[in-house]
Amino acid sequence: MTTLLWGVLPYVAVVLLVAGLVWRYRYDKFGWTTRSSQVYESKLLNIASPAFHYGILFVLAGHIVGLFIPMSWTDKAGISEHTYHVFSLYGGTAAGVLTVAGIVLLVYRRRTRAPVFRATTANDKLMYLVLLGAMALGMIAKLTHASGDGYNYRESIAPWARSLFTLQPDIDRMHGVPVLYQVHAVIGMALIAFVPYSRLVHMFSAPVQYLFRPYVVYRSRDPRQLGPRPERRGWEKTGS
Amino acid sequence: MRVMAQIAMVMNLDKCIGCHTCSVTCKQAWTNRQGMEYVWFNNVETRPGQGYPRRYEDQEKWRGGWELNKRGALKLKAGGRFHKLLGIFSNPKLPEIKDYYEPWTYDYKNLTDAPLGDDFPVARPVSQIDGKPMKIEWSSNWDDNLAGAPAYGDLDPMVERTRQQAAEKVKFEFEQTFMFYLPRICEHCLNPSCVASCPSGAMYKRAEDGIVLVDQDQCRGWRMCVTGCPYKKVYFNHRTGKAEKCTMCYPRVEVGLPTVCSETCVGRLRYLGVILYDADKVTAAASTPNEQGLYEAQLGVFLDPDDPAVQRAAEEAGISYDWMEAARRSPVRALISKYKVALPLHPEYRTMPMVWYIPPLSPVVDALTETGHDGEDADNLFGAIDTLRIPLEYLAEVFTAGDTAPVRASLEKLAAMRAHMRAINLGEDPDPRVTEAVGMKPDEIEEMYRLLAIAKYEDRYVIPTAAVGDARRLEESALPDGCSLEYEGGPGMGGDGPFGQDSGQRKLLPVVSVENFHGLRRRQTSDDPTDAEEV
Repeated sequence: MTTLLWGVLPYVAVVLLVAGLVWRYRYDKFGWTTRSSQVYESKLLNIASPAFHYGILFVLAGHIVGLFIPMSWTDKAGISEHTYHVFSLYGGTAAGVLTVAGIVLLVYRRRTRAPVFRATTANDKLMYLVLLGAMALGMIAKLTHASGDGYNYRESIAPWARSLFTLQPDIDRMHGVPVLYQVHAVIGMALIAFVPYSRLVHMFSAPVQYLFRPYVVYRSRDPRQLGPRPERRGWEKTGS
Repeated sequence: MRVMAQIAMVMNLDKCIGCHTCSVTCKQAWTNRQGMEYVWFNNVETRPGQGYPRRYEDQEKWRGGWELNKRGALKLKAGGRFHKLLGIFSNPKLPEIKDYYEPWTYDYKNLTDAPLGDDFPVARPVSQIDGKPMKIEWSSNWDDNLAGAPAYGDLDPMVERTRQQAAEKVKFEFEQTFMFYLPRICEHCLNPSCVASCPSGAMYKRAEDGIVLVDQDQCRGWRMCVTGCPYKKVYFNHRTGKAEKCTMCYPRVEVGLPTVCSETCVGRLRYLGVILYDADKVTAAASTPNEQGLYEAQLGVFLDPDDPAVQRAAEEAGISYDWMEAARRSPVRALISKYKVALPLHPEYRTMPMVWYIPPLSPVVDALTETGHDGEDADNLFGAIDTLRIPLEYLAEVFTAGDTAPVRASLEKLAAMRAHMRAINLGEDPDPRVTEAVGMKPDEIEEMYRLLAIAKYEDRYVIPTAAVGDARRLEESALPDGCSLEYEGGPGMGGDGPFGQDSGQRKLLPVVSVENFHGLRRRQTSDDPTDAEEV
């Protein structure tokens, strides 16, 4: 069971994520969208959506710091375990509260605004369930182990997570991890696997390239399909 | 000089009777789908009026188009790149469906299924957005023909601006009212702010013919284009979550046919043709400091296809001979650059729009006739154009950023044409002073008259094909290299993709049978049976 959860499931999740993204890109580019419901209702969305999205970006950054910055680095930088804990507790809780408030408001909006509710698919409902589950359990896990220096996941979960990249998962590290953290991690992996098959896929189309391209985009028709026939050899135009 | 070709349109507002045929045929062709119920790629507005969506011209609210920053450079009015990305999680300037109108259908089933009772069963209106019974309070063309003008007329943003400028009251009392119809499609701008707003780079301007399109496979539904377009002619399909817009009927235009709205226009008021322009000059022209100089600046961007230097540059740019020939014969270029009677719609948005309008003289003539004067007498008309200040200033707010001079010049040319042609029709000697007053020669006026009044199909629509050699094959299949039996459900169809309908890389587009006026007439009237079977 331990092997299955901490040795197999992470790879299954990553394979599902990557394969799902490739599949979606190849076969469902048309369905790859945010599926915005803003044209139905925008007052609540204008508050809830930025709150949720900015919150979850902070949460993501927090997870990256927590899991992928080894404790030895922070020790060398002179940050004590207590300082780190306080920082992660308050920072993480603030980001978590912002995110949960945002998503709760979004779910409320989705349920009470008739046009938005009508546009909600079964896939969306499942997505909300997994997402809310992962977030709620993460918050609960953190807050129930908040006293003192809290639970130091940087000696158990984080090394395990890093060991996944070496393809030699250090399963033993996950022994003795509090159950709440374990459940949070499993739901988190389920969420990662689910991303390409739900509307969450839009996170992979964050339009960063917009900052670097010229404002007006020109495109030509595919010359193989339409347009004047290509120039024949010996008949090329002058000056080109 | 970087020569580019643009398919442009001119509409003669004097001839528009507001019948909405263009809107309906466009809707049938392009937007009669779920998710697009509220969308009209072509709509006809009564002006003065709020337009569609309501008050779309109020850019202080909707933030469409471009503005100049402190250094005098162009910047999107809705905010620059960073601003857009930071605010990508919601778009506070996005119109809701209710700003257009909430589409509905009727519960017709109730008419037959209602239980027997004392009351007649009725078909209640049901919203197509949430599926619930609704109260109809607004719709497209709710204020058609100035309906409700005493209550709603003041909400027209252009009326508000005219009042600020003229410090005079535009009256909506019945006897003092003037109105005209304004058909609107996408402007296919030279400096499109929707394209500039798209974070995904899914919107583009076609290099060959300047048509602005949305790549449906790249659009990610960020909705910035809807805000970016000051004419609000990019729409959000609420079923697919993607932007859609007027395509200038490119599948028709590519084979040399006019757009559906032009083809079906009852008043024959639309003109289609090629305009050559210098792409290097567009940004500078759009950055003209004075808003009222934008009309002249845009005229300066257009190129003369008879100029040998332009011809050479065009050849180097790969513009083919039939496109150059079309540019020379272009009715659109004649109305815009030669006679200068057509004017752009809201040049102050700095997008360099390419659907231009001949302002309507009829409200002036009508007003004059109602006062008992001869509405077509040149002296009366010239005087009336100036004294009927409200139409002139209102039209100037719509077409020239408030500068009345180009509108007056255009209306005076139309007035001179009426007076001149009336004299000819009545067998009188035309007064040469009338044409001189507007700076045109009599034969020029008569040429313009032919273009405006009796131009035939071939004169109104001068459209070069995308590929002459392929035109015939293109009519049946958007992808000429495919087998002609590979249409949907046909014997050559390979079947659905691995993940259901429309999955997999789409190799096939639906077969479109292209219908046109001449083809239909030939089939209906020909004695030869082979002609009748064609298409």
